[in-house]
Amino acid sequence: EEEEQEKEEEEGCYRLYPGHIPTSPLQKALLAAGSAFMALYDPYRHDMVAVLGETTGCLALPNLRDKMKHHPEGYRILQERPRIRLSTLDMARLRGLPDGTLGREYVRFLEDNKVSPDTRMPPKFVDDEELAYVIQRYREVHDLMHTLLGMPTNMLGEVVVKWFEAIQTGLPMCVLGAAFGPIRLSARKLQVLATELVPWAIRSGRNASCILNVYYEQRWEQPVESLREEIGIFPPPAVRV
Amino acid sequence: ETHFGFQTVTEAERREKIYQVFESVAKKYDVMNDSMTLGIHRVWKDILVHKMNPSPGTLLLDVAGGTGDIAFRFINYVRSVRERQLQRKLKHHQNLSWQEISESYQEDKSKSLGDSQVVVCDINKEMLKVGKQKAQNLGYSEGLSWVLGNAEELPFDDDMFDVYTIAFGIRNVTRIDLALQEAYRVLKPGGRFLCLEFSHVSNPLLSRLYDLYSFQVIPVLGEVIAGDWKSYQYLVESIRRFPPQEELKAMIEDAGFFKVDYQNLNSGIVAIHSGFKL
Repeated sequence: EEEEQEKEEEEGCYRLYPGHIPTSPLQKALLAAGSAFMALYDPYRHDMVAVLGETTGCLALPNLRDKMKHHPEGYRILQERPRIRLSTLDMARLRGLPDGTLGREYVRFLEDNKVSPDTRMPPKFVDDEELAYVIQRYREVHDLMHTLLGMPTNMLGEVVVKWFEAIQTGLPMCVLGAAFGPIRLSARKLQVLATELVPWAIRSGRNASCILNVYYEQRWEQPVESLREEIGIFPPPAVRV
Repeated sequence: ETHFGFQTVTEAERREKIYQVFESVAKKYDVMNDSMTLGIHRVWKDILVHKMNPSPGTLLLDVAGGTGDIAFRFINYVRSVRERQLQRKLKHHQNLSWQEISESYQEDKSKSLGDSQVVVCDINKEMLKVGKQKAQNLGYSEGLSWVLGNAEELPFDDDMFDVYTIAFGIRNVTRIDLALQEAYRVLKPGGRFLCLEFSHVSNPLLSRLYDLYSFQVIPVLGEVIAGDWKSYQYLVESIRRFPPQEELKAMIEDAGFFKVDYQNLNSGIVAIHSGFKL
């Protein structure tokens, strides 16, 4: 019976959102360590990267949420809670948009790399319902980052996006990904990464406004180049990734 | 109404949920067992089979035998007993001719288990699938059968088996009384019932450490290794819901077994209950 009370105490305000698993500080620490190890050991465990992000984001996530709150577009996103899912996207319409627009290029990116926005993990270990949305939004916007930065979903492309996201969000998971991701790259790719891609990603990350403050769903018709300029992302270097 | 871990559910819901838990964990079952118990579960299972001390010719029914751990140990044990039997036989027959000796090899080769057999019965298709695959990888085929069945309603006739085992399975049965009655029914007169299961730790200090480890570490291991927090949360909760040693002993006696006794392993973290059909 003691265990029952213990568990109820632990769950405090109980499930804050569907899929929420309340955790004690000790469990979060163990999860952070375990997921970090497992993510490096088995790179196919994307769920571990997600768990790492959730258990280490306790400082970065409130920061991001505040940035959104103090920006008109970000504030609207927090209010309206848009979700990027295949069921909410009108793929046919986006495909029909002119080349070079955000919508057209986003769909092209999804098809070329054979990815779908629906494979993002829902948050489990974030103990605040609004912050859970913030991390969910960050995950769902990730593919749009690829589109805006012009990076494919291979290892090199992912690392570049992680550098950008690390600067932008300050999430420890992005920092770790940016630092450890290159471990599995060849020497040639490392060179391109170090000399061209990372410096550009850092410059763009610093210069750009907060990427979570853009209501992407209302800008499908906007040309990618125009959106880049508006946000402050510099044009990608002319290298093959 | 019954329980699923710390939740209250109907019997039908409980059966469904438990089926889903094992369907989900089947592929990582063995890895998780090693991680959670730091490999000690292997020692517990070895002790169970040593306690059973099967001789060649024994017919074993291993219920909730899923991935085959008990079945494989039974086969290994019986094989080594058989080998020693044969060695002893050879020692006494050193005056035989070469021809006679090689003929006896042929005969014995086909009976390396000495007619012993183990039937692995499990309610969950995924667990059986993993078990069959494991048997193939490890080279177990002789004397081994796999049957899909429910411990509460076994697909076997009365008085069939010499030994009935259920290792870390009876906790997941919804009507333990029915499972025990079925165990009694399918055992031959003189047959033995053996149950290996998590039980209650009475030592207060150890109990607190055990609880801390169970509730803080095990679900995390489940998430990191198997990507499944909830199944392992269920596991640690179900252990606390399960009857303690004396209560289980009484239930086994109620089913008609005699000479019912239990042996605590690791201060009661695990217990082996034993009974005979006389």
